[in-house]
Amino acid sequence: MNKNLKEQVLRASGVNVLKCMRCGKCSGTCPSYDEMEYHPHQFVYMVERGDIETLMNSKSIYKCLTCFACVDRCPRNVEPAKVVEAVRLAAVRQQGNNHMNPNQIPEMLDDDLPQQAIVTAFRKYIK
Amino acid sequence: METFTYYPGCTLRTKAKDLDTYARFSAEALGISLEEPADWQCCGGAYTTAKDEIATKLSAVRTLNSAKVSNRPLITVCSACHNVIKQTNYDILHDEEVASKVNNYLKLDEPYNGETTVYHYLEMLRDVVGFDNLAQKVVNPFKGKKIAAYYGCLLLRPSKTLAMDDPENPSIMEDFIKAIGGTPVIYAQRNECCGGYITLEDKDQAAKRSGAVMSSAADQGADMIITACPLCLYNLKKNSGSELPVYYFTELLAEALGVKEESNE
Repeated sequence: MNKNLKEQVLRASGVNVLKCMRCGKCSGTCPSYDEMEYHPHQFVYMVERGDIETLMNSKSIYKCLTCFACVDRCPRNVEPAKVVEAVRLAAVRQQGNNHMNPNQIPEMLDDDLPQQAIVTAFRKYIK
Repeated sequence: METFTYYPGCTLRTKAKDLDTYARFSAEALGISLEEPADWQCCGGAYTTAKDEIATKLSAVRTLNSAKVSNRPLITVCSACHNVIKQTNYDILHDEEVASKVNNYLKLDEPYNGETTVYHYLEMLRDVVGFDNLAQKVVNPFKGKKIAAYYGCLLLRPSKTLAMDDPENPSIMEDFIKAIGGTPVIYAQRNECCGGYITLEDKDQAAKRSGAVMSSAADQGADMIITACPLCLYNLKKNSGSELPVYYFTELLAEALGVKEESNE
């Protein structure tokens, strides 16, 4: 367990993981559930356990759509998306660990793709 | 004529010009003047919930502050811009550390402390114009048209912060549809995500999400679906595999008010 990383994730997210009662509603309502290796409720208890590096190395951190469904629907106001965001930031803030490269953008474009999509991806994937 | 500060955002200047143009012409027809702040910047597209992210929140604060300086409420129309700006404003109001770091960085003439009121264009229609007044100005009603409102995520959530409507049983877009003479269609997926920016790296997931939204609306007999978000429009049109027509709500508004033709000139 990496205590420093756990502290960093707890501080950046502002989430109290101990409030979670393991009901799983966050994962039940997550639009990316099928695409994730670790699901929102697992993020919460793995952070509680200090198992942050496993999450940082999982593609699951790039599957959150920031739709805030788990934030709004959690009966205990744990707000799991904030934990996912903090873990993803801990990963992409590492030197050389950006999830997207601006050189990849031209091949992703089509005539209708809104700029908003690219800007958002940059905010999420690159530091 | 009432004047508001109006923030279009990057996409409304490029791929979503329709959303912007119809919003402007319709506002004018409703006796509302929208004034753009000088030198506005992109909102960033996504709000980061991380407490230690400051730089990524600054452009939204600049927009909020320009509305404050002109002493007017701020109107947004893109769901994503609205979400980012509203959440940032909430941060400044409720998190002293964020407020002090932001102000320390920006060094504005006077610190920004969350003074600006932010309305989404739909809220302006409901709370400033009033749907009853809007209904009276409609010249081309959407009579007999079954219209499905697509809220997606960003207009409603987090509901504590956005505070636009009931996040699970919203009515603002349905009331808008009634005001322009249409019949709202209620369907299960109206406040679930379209896939958003995942379209950049996972077309399958975007297809799955947007397909679920479209078939949910079609199953309830919708003739068309409306949205306030350029990225939702893109996913629903390009990734869903459905033929159900998708429009910006402002296009229907302009048509109902009889200003669609002049908007296109």
